[in-house]
Amino acid sequence: MTTTATPPLRAKVRRADRVFSTSTVVAGILILVALAAVAVFLIAQSIPALLADPSELKGSPSSFWAYVGPLAFGTVWAAFLALLIAFPISIGIALFISHYAPRRVAQGLGYVIDLLAAVPSVVFGLWGIKVLAPMVTPFYGWLVDNFGWFPLFAGSVSGTGKTILTVAIVLAVMIIPIITALSREIFLQTPVLHEEAALALGATRLEMIQMAVLPFGRAGIVSAAMLGLGRALGETMVVAMVLSPAPVISFVLTGSANPSTIAGNIALNFPEAHGIEINALIATGLILFAITLVINSVARVIVNRRKAFSGAN
Amino acid sequence: MTATTATPVVAPSGMTNSLTTGRLPRWVPWTLLGASWAVLLVVFGMVAASSDTELNVPAAIFLGTVLFDVLLFVTAYLVEGIRQARDRFVTSLVVTAFILALLPLISLLFTVLTNGLARFDLAFFSQSMRNVVGEGGGALHAITGTLLITGMAAIISIPVGLLTAVYLVEYGRGGLARAITFFVDVMTGIPSIVAGLFAFAFFSLLFDDEGIRFGFGGSVALSLLMIPVVVRSSEEMLKLVPNELREASYALGVPKWLTILKIVIPTSIAGITTGVTLAIARVIGETAPLLLIAGFTTSMNYDLGADRMMSLPVFVFNQYANPGSNVDPYLERAWTGALTLILIVMALNLIARLIANIFSPKLGR
Repeated sequence: MTTTATPPLRAKVRRADRVFSTSTVVAGILILVALAAVAVFLIAQSIPALLADPSELKGSPSSFWAYVGPLAFGTVWAAFLALLIAFPISIGIALFISHYAPRRVAQGLGYVIDLLAAVPSVVFGLWGIKVLAPMVTPFYGWLVDNFGWFPLFAGSVSGTGKTILTVAIVLAVMIIPIITALSREIFLQTPVLHEEAALALGATRLEMIQMAVLPFGRAGIVSAAMLGLGRALGETMVVAMVLSPAPVISFVLTGSANPSTIAGNIALNFPEAHGIEINALIATGLILFAITLVINSVARVIVNRRKAFSGAN
Repeated sequence: MTATTATPVVAPSGMTNSLTTGRLPRWVPWTLLGASWAVLLVVFGMVAASSDTELNVPAAIFLGTVLFDVLLFVTAYLVEGIRQARDRFVTSLVVTAFILALLPLISLLFTVLTNGLARFDLAFFSQSMRNVVGEGGGALHAITGTLLITGMAAIISIPVGLLTAVYLVEYGRGGLARAITFFVDVMTGIPSIVAGLFAFAFFSLLFDDEGIRFGFGGSVALSLLMIPVVVRSSEEMLKLVPNELREASYALGVPKWLTILKIVIPTSIAGITTGVTLAIARVIGETAPLLLIAGFTTSMNYDLGADRMMSLPVFVFNQYANPGSNVDPYLERAWTGALTLILIVMALNLIARLIANIFSPKLGR
C-alpha cells in the first residue's frame, strides 16, 4: 500500500518490507473474514431449523418463531432490567471517581471497580444462586405481600429466589464495571475550563456537574449504557445457573414462571441436544448475534462521531 | 452577622469567619455515616438475636447508607440552605452508589474464600474426577484443559492481534483501516456463547460430525473473543511511541519493517504485554463457549485435537449443575474451583499491573 508512492522519488522496494506489510494486512483482513465467517456459518447451520417441521423442536411449539419468542423476550427483558439497575449506580460511581473522590485515591478506587469485571461469570452464577437468591427471597415475599396489586409483583412468590429479578441484579453487578469505565473516561474529558467557569460563578459541585459535565458527556453516556446492554444481552452462565426457566412471556419479576434468555437456553440445552434441536439452538444464537451486533454498532457509531467532534483522544 | 442568619441551628457565638459560617464542619458527614451504620447494625443485630437468624451485614450497611443520605440532606438543609443541601445529597448518593457496588464484590470474595478453602488441598490439584463419585477427586484435568485451551488461544490471538495493531498504527490508511477499527470494536461485543456456537457450526460442518467436541475448537472460540482485546490494547500502546523515534530510525536508513520490529515494538513491549495478559485473564474465565465446543469429561486429556476436554469454568458449572445424590462434596469442589479461577485471574491482573509499572518506559508526564 505504502509502496505505491510518487514515481520519481521512489524508495527502493525491499522484499522484507513487502512481506512484513503484507502480513499485517492479512492479519487485519483475517479479522474481517472471521467476523463474516461467524455470520455465514451460523446462518448455514440455522437454515435446517427454519425449514424443519416445528413439532420436532423442544416442547413442540406451533412454529420456530413461537419457540424463539419467549426466549427473545426474556433476553431483552432481563437485559433491560439489569440496565435499569446498573445505569444510575454506574453513573454515580463514575462521577464519584472522576469528580468527588480525592485525587490520590481515585485511581485505586477505579481498580477496585475493575476487579468486578475480572470475576468470571460462572463465579457470579454460583454466588447468585447460593448467596444472593436466598438473601433476597424474604424481600420478594415482602414485596408480593405488600405490592401484589402491582402487575410486576402479581401472582404467588417464588420460594427459591430463582427469578428474573435475581438474574437482573447479578447481571447489573456484572455490567456496572463496563458502564463505569466508559463513562468515567468521558467525564474526565470534560474541558476543565468549563468546570472552573461554572465553579467561579458560584455553582455548587452538583450544579457544575449539571451544567458542564453531563451535557458534555451525554452521547458518551448513552453509548456506554448501550455497550453495557449488549453485554447483558449475551451473558450466559448467570442465567443458566440462577433462573428456573419456563416457556412463557411474563413481566412478573418475583414469580416462579420466568422467561429464559436465548443464551441461557443454549447453555442448558446444547450439551444434550441432537439433530434438528442443535440447528434450532444455533438459529436462536444467530438472532442473539444480530441483536447484539446492531446494538454494539449503533453504540460505536455514537462514540466515534463524538470522538471526532470533541477532538479528544 | 451570625446572629442574623435565619437558621437557629448555627449557634456558636464565637464564630466570626464569614467564609465558614453557615457551613457544616468537615467532620459532620463522616460522623453521620458512621452513626447511621452503627444504628442500623445495632437494629439488625437486635432483630437477628430475637429471631435467631444470622446478622445480615450487607443489608444493614445498605440501609444505614440510605439513612445517612436522608440525615445529611436534612442537616444540610437546616444549616446551609437548599442549594448546598442538594449538593450534599447528590454527593452522598454518589458515595452510596460506590458502596452499593462494593457490597457484592466483598460478599462474593468472602463467600468464595470461606467456601472454597474446604477443598483447597493437595488432592484437588493432583487428581482428576475419573471414577470419583461423592467425596474426593480434584480438578487437575480441568486445570490442564484450561491451560492448554487458553494457551492455544493465546498462540492464535497474539500474532494476529499484534500484526493487526501494527497495520492499524503503521500502515493502515483509508477504508480498510477504518473498517477493521470499526469491526474490531464491534467484535468486542460478541456474546461469548455466539463465539462457541460459531466454533461448533464451523467444525461440525468441516468434519461432518454433529456431536463434535474437542479442545482446539474451544481455542478458536476463545481467540475470537481475545483478538479484539489484544488489537485494542496493542494499538493504544503503539500509538504512544513517539514519532521522533521512528523518524530517527528512518533517517539512519533503517527499513520500515526493521524500525517496527527493533524500535517501535521494543519501546512499547511493556504495554503490549500488559494488554495481552489482561486479554488472557479475560478469556480464561469464559464458560459458555467451552461448554458448547470443548464439552465436559472426568478424565485427563492432553490432546487438543480430539475428544472432550474439561476446563476449570466448565468444571465449576458442571459440579454445580450435575451433582450426585450427595450434593455437598460437589458443591465444595465447585467453590474450590471458583476460588482457583479467581486466584488465577487475580494473579494475571496483578502480573499485568506489575509489568506496566516496572517495565514501562519513562515518558515525560
